[in-house]
Amino acid sequence: MEYVIEMNHITKKFGEFKANDDITLQVKKGEIHALLGENGAGKSTLMSVLFGLYQPEEGNIRIKGKEVKINSPIDANNLGIGMVHQHFKLVHNFTVLESIVLGHETTKGGVLKMEQARKKVLELSDKYDFKINPDAYVSDITVGMQQRVEILKMLYCDNEILIFDEPTAVLTPQEIDELMKIMKRLVEEGKSIIFITHKLNEIKQVADRCSVLRKGKYIGTINVAEATKEEMSEMMVGRKVNFVVEKSPFKPGEAVLEVKNMTMKGKHGTKNVVNDVSLTVHKGEILCVAGIDGNGQTDLVYGLTGLEPIDEGQIILNGKDITKDSIRKRSLAGMVHIPEDRHKHGLVLDYTLEENLVLQSYFKKQFQKHGFIRFGEVRKYANRLIEEFDIRSSKGPTSMARGMSGGNQQKAIIARELDRDPELVVAVQPVRGLDVGAIEYIHKQLVKQRDEGKAVLLISLELDEVMNVSDRIVVMYEGELVADVKPEEVTVQELGLYMAGTKKQDMHKGGKDGE
Amino acid sequence: MNKKNTESFWTSEGFMNFVSAILAIVAGLLIGFILLLVSDSANAAEGFSAILQGGFSSGMNGIGKTLYIATPIILTGLSVGFAFKTGLFNIGASGQFTAGAFVAIYIGVKWTGLGGAHWIVGLLAAVLIGAIFGLIPGLLKAYFNVNEVITCIMMNYIGMYATNLLIRKNIYDQVRNRTMAVKSTADVPSAGIGEFFGNSSANLGIVIAIIAVIVVYVVLNKTTFGYELKACGKNKEATKYAGINSKRDIVLSMVIAGALSGLGGALLYLSGSGKFIQVVDVIANEGFTGISVALLGMSNPIGVLFAGLFIAHITVGGGNMQLCGYPPEVVDIITASIIYCGALSLLIKLFINKVKMARKKGDK
Repeated sequence: MEYVIEMNHITKKFGEFKANDDITLQVKKGEIHALLGENGAGKSTLMSVLFGLYQPEEGNIRIKGKEVKINSPIDANNLGIGMVHQHFKLVHNFTVLESIVLGHETTKGGVLKMEQARKKVLELSDKYDFKINPDAYVSDITVGMQQRVEILKMLYCDNEILIFDEPTAVLTPQEIDELMKIMKRLVEEGKSIIFITHKLNEIKQVADRCSVLRKGKYIGTINVAEATKEEMSEMMVGRKVNFVVEKSPFKPGEAVLEVKNMTMKGKHGTKNVVNDVSLTVHKGEILCVAGIDGNGQTDLVYGLTGLEPIDEGQIILNGKDITKDSIRKRSLAGMVHIPEDRHKHGLVLDYTLEENLVLQSYFKKQFQKHGFIRFGEVRKYANRLIEEFDIRSSKGPTSMARGMSGGNQQKAIIARELDRDPELVVAVQPVRGLDVGAIEYIHKQLVKQRDEGKAVLLISLELDEVMNVSDRIVVMYEGELVADVKPEEVTVQELGLYMAGTKKQDMHKGGKDGE
Repeated sequence: MNKKNTESFWTSEGFMNFVSAILAIVAGLLIGFILLLVSDSANAAEGFSAILQGGFSSGMNGIGKTLYIATPIILTGLSVGFAFKTGLFNIGASGQFTAGAFVAIYIGVKWTGLGGAHWIVGLLAAVLIGAIFGLIPGLLKAYFNVNEVITCIMMNYIGMYATNLLIRKNIYDQVRNRTMAVKSTADVPSAGIGEFFGNSSANLGIVIAIIAVIVVYVVLNKTTFGYELKACGKNKEATKYAGINSKRDIVLSMVIAGALSGLGGALLYLSGSGKFIQVVDVIANEGFTGISVALLGMSNPIGVLFAGLFIAHITVGGGNMQLCGYPPEVVDIITASIIYCGALSLLIKLFINKVKMARKKGDK
């Protein structure tokens, strides 16, 4: 068998905890091999072993049939292994060419010789149809282009084995399609690819074989063509997963949140980060704000929740103007906020789980008497939420939030926010970085709120989520709303065009329903 | 069940902090011993034993001395530690301390008609002025995001020079270049404590310091206010998200820290121990010692209490060491090396963790 990578029976322990337990990964030359697993399944540990960042306790690694010992990423590079990271590691004020040759500069007597490099980069770009401009600055090109620069960087160093770490998370549907084409082209040229993801659609689309990990253990390797999505997710999670979010019919009630002509100025430039945005969320409705990351969604949420003041416009919650109200006031008026960044805003990581669960309610009568915290009540409440929302941690209510897994941290935030009997739920990328099991659970909770007649404003970058969960979709592009559509009346491709700014609706004439 | 309980005690955060503080002290003392050997090897053993014995070498009186020295540094330590918990570095304890000390002495000298309430008024005024000295950096930090370290350092200079100026104008003992003596009614009563400890300078002050420790402990650990303050210190963004008024909390935290330091200043000088503020251009040492005490005590009020007692203990021991021919500066160096090791206590903690892991493996 001509495997280019064989990782045989790898076991890596951290203390008592086996992050990788007898895992075998065999990648054939010229294939796209998907590595599928939930968060914490051991994918990153396995890749870190391959890159020499960790030394396994057991097992061996063979590259092109030869047993090797990889002690550092430099060794890995010398063996022709390269990685495209989820968060690009590019220098923003470098040109594309400079970024690519960084670390592998050709010099003569200490002076840079860029001519050779330019020739090689252009050749590579032509060969794989990358269409890059070597003299553009990294900060000026799109995220999709930046990713191509990262890929070129690996090709420039003549890497044979390419690892893509969740490469599609930051791309538009069109960019994803193009990336898939590039990946196929790369394997045609004899490269081998390890594709880390938990998006099953993409695996179906592009991968040849797929190895599945679950809780540190190797579950199996399958030929993608012979397996269904359902089978793969069952292997990954260990049980059947429902992909279709079940919802009762859409019966919107009266308006809960009305945003009128909201405008927020940018911190640095003169451009408005939120420009004249108006939207309405009704009872029993999930309104989704779709868009590519960085088009003003974060600012919109900051303005809504009071984390930042808005410059113009009006925010009305249940008929009351809350534009100037404090965060606490808005929260008491029934606005709950599942924040985008759970470590920055959502949790005090060095507080215990129970302390975090009362972060929004510690001052209420239930939990304090004359300013003294009623610890017994806090514990009781925490235990109830832990049970109800199935929050798992090592020591229950007294576990440190920092030590909990991402999925359970998110569950804790969702439990805390949804248990406050909200009028309006503002959920920002509530399933980011979570696995299918947790995603299914969180979507169910949001739909439950909607079915109970609450209003839900969901900000999402994931098109699957947008299409599955929402009752109505608005698309945000460069601080403005450019479309207002129903999920059943729009295709993913069309949404992609709105998100990329190539298509726009006239928002001030029609398109706004339910008013 | 029983076993589980003991195990959770041995693995608890508090116990780990305690062990690493003790190890830091041991390491610091070892370095100190090496210093003694280097500077004068003949008397090293004797000198080292003097420092270890501290106040205990001279019986009850020595212990009383330790308590007296510990009182102000427990309070400045508490001040720094309290601000630490809110994520603020109160390097201005010295200025707050000096301001409190001056006002206390001023009242002690001038407001003679107060009778039995004299000392209480003195203490309260010191608390107030200390609080004001904390308020200013607090306001600047909360509303203008001015780094509190810079404003606190400036407040130290303002405190020192203003105090020197005001002493010269109002309560100056020209012959000895220091403050005039306070009326005996202004001295904190001994309440039998001084007599109990061999007629030493110890007085009700140590009791007040311990009460302050308990109050701070309760505020930090049992109240919603403490919950907010600590959350603010651990993650300011999250407190903002939760609608906590972190600006108000920052200001209050500095005010309370300032008040504690100011109280410390009053307790040191209103003691009938023959202590006076010298009119010299030196920033009060007690404030900086407070930083050391807070570090060694890991900002935990109870930890601060014991760290303050310990530093007072070796300070007294250092005084005794002079009898062996060592300059008192050596004591300062040893104290410094203990603090230095204290700062490395994180490393020590990691080391303990490793040992524990290895032991667990051995068990299985």
